[in-house]
Amino acid sequence: MTPPSASAAPAPPAATAPADPAAAPPPPDPGPEPQSVIDREIAALHSAAADARAAGGPVPAHPGRDFAPYRSTRLRHPRQPLAAIDALRDPEAVELTGPAFGVTDITALDADLTRQHAGEPLGERITVAGRVRDRAGRPVRGQLVEIWQANAAGRYAHQRDQHPAPLDPHFTGVGRCLTDDEGRYAFTTVRPGAYPWRNHHNAWRPAHIHFSLFGTAFTQRLVTQMYFPGDPLFPYDPILASCTDPQARARLVCAYDPDLARAEWSLGYRWDIVLDGPSATWTEEER
Amino acid sequence: MSAPSAPHGHQGVPHQPAPAAQTPGALAPTPSQTIGPFYGYALPFPGGGEMAPAGHPGTITLHGRVLDGAGEPVPDALLEFWQAGPDGSLRGAPGSLRRDPATGAVVGRDGVEFTGFGRVPTDADGRYALRTLPATAPASRPAAAPYIAVCVFARGLLHHLFTRVYFPEDTAAHAADPLLSGLPAQRASTLVARTDGERRYRFDIRLQAPDAGGGEAGEETVFLEFR
Repeated sequence: MTPPSASAAPAPPAATAPADPAAAPPPPDPGPEPQSVIDREIAALHSAAADARAAGGPVPAHPGRDFAPYRSTRLRHPRQPLAAIDALRDPEAVELTGPAFGVTDITALDADLTRQHAGEPLGERITVAGRVRDRAGRPVRGQLVEIWQANAAGRYAHQRDQHPAPLDPHFTGVGRCLTDDEGRYAFTTVRPGAYPWRNHHNAWRPAHIHFSLFGTAFTQRLVTQMYFPGDPLFPYDPILASCTDPQARARLVCAYDPDLARAEWSLGYRWDIVLDGPSATWTEEER
Repeated sequence: MSAPSAPHGHQGVPHQPAPAAQTPGALAPTPSQTIGPFYGYALPFPGGGEMAPAGHPGTITLHGRVLDGAGEPVPDALLEFWQAGPDGSLRGAPGSLRRDPATGAVVGRDGVEFTGFGRVPTDADGRYALRTLPATAPASRPAAAPYIAVCVFARGLLHHLFTRVYFPEDTAAHAADPLLSGLPAQRASTLVARTDGERRYRFDIRLQAPDAGGGEAGEETVFLEFR
């Protein structure tokens, strides 16, 4: 992918840039699809979902697995309906319980991603903290929270990430902690950078931190991504857009919290998490 | 390039993040997002697939491939396994990712405790292998068909998928299993591992049926939804 050259053009710039993505010149051929194609698909899917909500239809809390603007979903979503298992009719399903983690699985340094190497990583130091609860509002206690992320330049410490942004010898980008008795977690890290990916031409992921969470039941397992408020890349990103309900998208965005910021040290972001799914302690009135 | 219009707030998300309560006392869940391609240095851990206590004579090997809708291997899937303890306990035990306090490195399980939890990434050929104890029915329901619960994550999969591995020795119990007995035989068969040698079982996971169908060999795995 060659970036367009602005300096080499001898002709005067066009008086106005096309405002409508539909009117933009066609992409180079052969080549990846332009953003405008993805934008139109997202708009159509969001519009259809809004119509369905307005008609009183269900408001999906999670992305549908068949979300075409994210091209990798094409061959990786089941076509058959899922088989439903009712926790009330099958209260001893193994999945209504889940794995346990404890002090042997964690070290004290795991929650501070800025102290895992001899030196300090580059970037904006941040604290990310919040509470993990189940759908009934009960704190999820003593459970494992894992995070991973790109460094401040938008590069993952992963061999397959070939984005030509610098690796940071002082930053791996992996953290773990156990929630406390109130369901709270906290990490110190640096704010990750945006990075390009190959879903379509000039595609960039908004900055995000990957989260993996366990609840009291395997059914409550969650892997997701936390985004930062006000990111200009939100409207272009098919992964965030896979949540067709704007309220669901909002639940993936943390909030700046001055109470979590530490004076002359780090900025603070709050992100509370609610795990879906029934557990063995689920009762009728909580459904 | 202009931003697609958003009905609530700008930039595609409303300004007020809200764990909106849809019904009294019920919080709206945090949505799932894909695990992406880069979890490999974060989530897999040494011994993640070695669930059985070291040298346990009852150890079984469960292995197979994860395949996509074109029948191609999925090289970037992560599988998690959860099963009852040998005594039918569903409490699990800590220590799956036991750490060295001196270096912080994962030193693996202690080889004694059965934690009930396993985590295995697929390799470049979409293969995985798990060494564990035979599945056990929960202690409270000893006659139930034993199974291992599986959770599948992958790049391109926006929301994880649950499935189950049942075992071919337990055919009689399968007839009474609420899940298996409610499925057409060809669908149910995707949930039963096949014997593949002594104490060895094969269980492939097909995320999507190929376009042209493909008969039993290409049958899409049954995935589960818990309500």
